[in-house]
Amino acid sequence: MDWNLLISQLVNSVQLGLLLFLLASGLTLIFGIMDFINLSHGSFYMMGAYFCGSIVAATGSFFAGIIVGLVGVFFLGALVEWLIARQLYKENHLDHVLVTFGLILVFDALVHIIWGPSGLSIPLPDFLNGQIQLGSLVFPIYRLVIIFGGLAVAGILYLLISRTRLGMLIRAGASDRDMVESLGININRLFLFVFALGAAMAGFAGMLIAPITEATIGMGNDIIIIAFVVVIVGGIGSIKGAFYVALMIGFIDTMSRSYLDDFLELLASTAAAETAAPAISAMLVYVLMAVVLAFKPTGLFPPTAGNR
Amino acid sequence: MVNLSCTRSGKVYLGMLFLLGIAPLLFQWTNQPFLLDLLSRGLIIGIAALSLNLILGYGGMISLGHVAYLGIGAYCVGIPAYYDVYDGWIHLSLAIVTCALFALITGAVSLRTKGVYFIMITMAFSQMIYFIFLSLEEYGADDGLVIYARSEFPVWMNMESAVSLYYWIFGLLILTLFFIHRLVRSRFGRVIIGSKYNDLRMQSLGFNTYGYRLTCYVISAVICGLAGVLLGNFTSFISPEMMSWTRSGELIFMVIIGGAGSLFGPLFGALSFLFLEEALSLITIYWHLIFGGLLIALVLFGKGGIDAWLRKLDK
Repeated sequence: MDWNLLISQLVNSVQLGLLLFLLASGLTLIFGIMDFINLSHGSFYMMGAYFCGSIVAATGSFFAGIIVGLVGVFFLGALVEWLIARQLYKENHLDHVLVTFGLILVFDALVHIIWGPSGLSIPLPDFLNGQIQLGSLVFPIYRLVIIFGGLAVAGILYLLISRTRLGMLIRAGASDRDMVESLGININRLFLFVFALGAAMAGFAGMLIAPITEATIGMGNDIIIIAFVVVIVGGIGSIKGAFYVALMIGFIDTMSRSYLDDFLELLASTAAAETAAPAISAMLVYVLMAVVLAFKPTGLFPPTAGNR
Repeated sequence: MVNLSCTRSGKVYLGMLFLLGIAPLLFQWTNQPFLLDLLSRGLIIGIAALSLNLILGYGGMISLGHVAYLGIGAYCVGIPAYYDVYDGWIHLSLAIVTCALFALITGAVSLRTKGVYFIMITMAFSQMIYFIFLSLEEYGADDGLVIYARSEFPVWMNMESAVSLYYWIFGLLILTLFFIHRLVRSRFGRVIIGSKYNDLRMQSLGFNTYGYRLTCYVISAVICGLAGVLLGNFTSFISPEMMSWTRSGELIFMVIIGGAGSLFGPLFGALSFLFLEEALSLITIYWHLIFGGLLIALVLFGKGGIDAWLRKLDK
């Protein structure tokens, strides 16, 4: 067994898990509190990457890109909530799906107009570009930065949700929105903040990944589906569920892609294993979701004890 | 369809169907093969939209993964053709069996859930199919698969020429319309529509609505799979991209633009969608922006779609 490969795959799986968490935590809050399906959440992921890329290109500073990008996506999210989402909370889910799907087209087209059809690469500063040696293991520094960035945001979010008054309102909103409203809380302001916060976290995920993959049109459209799976499996409205399930799905997805063919070779011929492995690993995440929903239709960590 | 010819909107629909029926003759006369292509494609997607309407419009099951069946149908032509099996009956039966099985399994899981969960789980299952075909190197993976010859049928009903393929599509369209028309007026259809509005009440009336809804889901998937067989023959090139979930989103739009829960609406929703797309892309390269904005506006302000608009004629 190649231990270096195993450990680097573990690092990759944690990285994917944390990126998924950044997307899914915002999604699950918007889902849980506003009962709003936001298909265009992946567009914030994309816009974050493009904002950051433009600022880096203009100023040369990666950190300026992150900071300005975060603020930019936060306000973009607030704008979308104020202009569009707010009009739809009372409508049915089908309208949410349709309008936010239309928003994806609009955002993709806007990026096409502003930044052109080709991708935007984000150069890393030199000190993030190298590799770090731990014993016999070599890690790219930037991958560790992604992991620490993701963990830091998860930690801040945890403190915000569990230790502040605002977080208390968010938790209360996720478990019983009507009650929060009837206690005289300004629900519009809470919704606006939650939506913008979710957008900013999705944007942050986009900024983190863009230096590796570069920012492209529609980059959010595939990963958002896995983020939805995380939300559903974790339980709608549950940050804790989003965290554990994101890490779990990151692990399953990465590991099955790299090790499933070796494992299948024990059971079948090499040729059969090499054909079947990619297909099976592509299915695993969705099969997991089907199994969870079949036994626990409200997900693994539903946010309430009572029913809503 | 007796009562159709009594209302003005019904007459408009029947007139449009008649026009669709003679369209190839018109296009041949005016020498416009491109328009025949566009219309063939439009009708195939139209059939898919009709099948989605059966579960979405009549049954209230919002599936965000319906194009998976279009893709499965197309691959049921592509994969046999890859092994030099061109018999059309094999393609058709393979598509029916595969779509029915996949719909039965995924539907059995999905229909246990409601609301948001149902939307997301259907979308996830279609992504699953998408990624499976994306990873099958043998069948071209993301490069797609070229189909070198169309499905073979007896001479009198072959689909070799563009016009004969068009009449295949038109034939399936008429069959689908007639079938859905009969279905939603049957006892079965009443139960489906009833469970859309109040599932609990239908259950307390003694109906096993889960079974009815699952059956409806499977029927809809099979119709969509048949459209997929025609799509595979029409494009002669298939790739997983045609199953990406954004395509399912477009399909829902077509149903809504046309009028969910109406017999003809989704067909003309699909045709309008595709022609609008084509026309806007000729005018400006930034057509996506206008298109997206237009779609949002239609949902927010145009309740009931084309069908509701045509029905104003009846008053």
